[in-house]
Amino acid sequence: MGFELPKEKFGGRIKEVAIGATKDQGGTRSARLMAGGSNGLPFLKFESEMPHLPLVAMDVVDTVRMVPEQLQESMGAAVKDPLEWAKKCEAEWGADLCVLKLQSANPEEEDRPAEELEGLVDKMLKSMALPMVVYGCGFEEKDAKVMEKVSNIAKGERLFLGLAEEKAYKSIAAASMANGHGIVAFSNLDINLAKQMNILLLDFGTKPENIMMDPLMAPLGMGLEYSYSNIERLRLGALSGDPVLQMPMICDCSCAWNVPEALEDNPEHGSAELRGVYWEAMTALSAAVAGADVVIMRHPRSIVMFRETINVLAGGE
Amino acid sequence: MPTAMEIYKLLPKTNCGECKFPTCLAFAMQLANQKVALEACPHVSSEAKAALEESGAPPIRLVTFGAGELAAKMGDETQLFRHDKTFYNPTVLGLIADDSDGLDGVKSKLDEAQAMSFERVGQILRVDSVAIRHSSGSPEDFVAAVKAAAEKGLPVTIMCDDPAIASKAVEACADKKPLLYRATASNFDDMVALAKDKSLPLVVSAPGLDELAELADKAKKAGLNDLVLEPGVQTSADMLVNMTAIRRAAVKNKFRPLGFPTIAVLGPTEAEHMKAALGVMKYSSAVLMDTMPREMVYPLLALRQNIFTDPQVPIQVKAGLYSVGEPTDKSPVMFTTNFSLTYFTVRADIEKSKVPAWLLVVDTEGQSVMTAFAAGKLTPESVAKAIEDFQVKEKSSRNEIILPGMVSRMSGKLGELTDMKITVGPRESSGLPKLMKTFSG
Repeated sequence: MGFELPKEKFGGRIKEVAIGATKDQGGTRSARLMAGGSNGLPFLKFESEMPHLPLVAMDVVDTVRMVPEQLQESMGAAVKDPLEWAKKCEAEWGADLCVLKLQSANPEEEDRPAEELEGLVDKMLKSMALPMVVYGCGFEEKDAKVMEKVSNIAKGERLFLGLAEEKAYKSIAAASMANGHGIVAFSNLDINLAKQMNILLLDFGTKPENIMMDPLMAPLGMGLEYSYSNIERLRLGALSGDPVLQMPMICDCSCAWNVPEALEDNPEHGSAELRGVYWEAMTALSAAVAGADVVIMRHPRSIVMFRETINVLAGGE
Repeated sequence: MPTAMEIYKLLPKTNCGECKFPTCLAFAMQLANQKVALEACPHVSSEAKAALEESGAPPIRLVTFGAGELAAKMGDETQLFRHDKTFYNPTVLGLIADDSDGLDGVKSKLDEAQAMSFERVGQILRVDSVAIRHSSGSPEDFVAAVKAAAEKGLPVTIMCDDPAIASKAVEACADKKPLLYRATASNFDDMVALAKDKSLPLVVSAPGLDELAELADKAKKAGLNDLVLEPGVQTSADMLVNMTAIRRAAVKNKFRPLGFPTIAVLGPTEAEHMKAALGVMKYSSAVLMDTMPREMVYPLLALRQNIFTDPQVPIQVKAGLYSVGEPTDKSPVMFTTNFSLTYFTVRADIEKSKVPAWLLVVDTEGQSVMTAFAAGKLTPESVAKAIEDFQVKEKSSRNEIILPGMVSRMSGKLGELTDMKITVGPRESSGLPKLMKTFSG
């Protein structure tokens, strides 16, 4: 009957951004990673190019306060020490990159001084070679101090610093620009705000190739449908040619571990650990299918599940 | 739907008035607005009738199987992206039992499928169907297994490529309207005849879309309308590409041969389980699986619930007084709205503090705190009424309630109405653990 695959061609293309710098590029990372670059809907290679698979970033949280107890058990003692945790991400768990979350900077909790966190980043850069993203604690004043120091100590490493928010982006944007780092622009499930964030940063002087968007990934069971549609709309907006939406998206899927249902003891829903693993893997798959270019994940097993699926989706074995 | 002019062209244009409208054009306009039925015209030709029925049909046919209130619905979708409107019929999930496992093995799998039914945010989420696959070589075993399945009440898929054996199984449960799986190029005529004879929905299967469209078209011409398409889903890439192509062909191009629901049959590995999640997001109307570990099924059902939520109708939790942990009459009380996302977030943040508490959920028709406040759906009066209705003062003797920081403006009035001490909570629920710790011990 001569059926032809109905193809969609778009005029726009997601920008490619580089994360990390190797020795030749002025840093000490083992690789320079590329995110983005696609000119179509995810994984539809019969009609579009997808030069890079979604990258898998593993998060490292610098305070065990933010890591659910069950996870501490199932991932082992390493999660109590950010340096050990990061080393495992590189050596055993197959992360493409590492996202260090400096939660201990939180002035209402540990309130670790900026100097200590600078030291932590320095040690981490020396003890493993994955490209890195570094997030602050979300308190503007404190993050301004921390990010300035992090930016300086990691000069040349081409980090991505985050999170820039609508009401707090100048200090972090300045810190990232000072030493050639990138920046992650956060918006709260709102396509207009996502666009606005990019415009603010561009107006401030940030180059487009230095921006990734975090449009807020809500986990499975806690608003995933909002994120799924928001990411799809952002991706479609970018593909239809809006240059201010063409930054790659980074989606934090480790939020799956904050969902009580993922980890609660409930034999009706099977064993908690494996359920949590599926919970995170499905959250990440939905982000990738909707259009994420980088997913942040936590559990090594969910990463295996996720990777296996996207490798095959992209036409590999 | 065709336009009035398109319809008019197909009418007799005699203005005879027998339809009770003065002219054929007036009748066509009523038809286009679906105010009258075509049958009102006694002179319409059968060709015009067929053409009009065809063009007025939805892009993807609604096909059901099973009987009674558990009958499974597939198809009737009109969108490629849920944000454009909504996805209507959640992917039907089915557990496959194989007759080579013996009748006891089959029965235990049927029990397993039936037991997988969970309440989540006020909805029942369940594995909606079972399938019996023939591989034992013994038709008697197959028929016995199908009978056992039909007795369960869940919709049944009969999986057998041999029309003679399938027909025996159909005899055992024809009144339950099973889904017949499947017609391929090699058994096509007999399977189509069987489905037609018993008026059953039929799965048409071919690895390539070209061949699949051809088979579906042939089945349609043979008089079958209730078809389900099984494209190749060997790998997740095949599955995504084929399911996307079918959905696009049906919805965007109105390509009739592929205007049917789809089905994917998946194996027992973790990779196949991830494909089930892919199918839920990307256009599989039904997914049958060899194994369904509970650890996978529960998140899969939650995913399905999320993806098939109407973007314009938020999921709501029931209003009421919920306990978090094991609160006593000394535990703190706070309130929030019945927007499921708000409720879950607040609940999770209370749980983080490990301090037991009472959480009062006020009915705001599914709106979040700020939206409901602005729309007048979260008012001191509505909160006071909820405090009264759900007997908050009897559960907690603190006579104190914590309100979301965003609506601190209502604290005066709420205090007056309830005679309770009002504590203003954090603006974001992430600040709750800190506040809650002041209540511990």
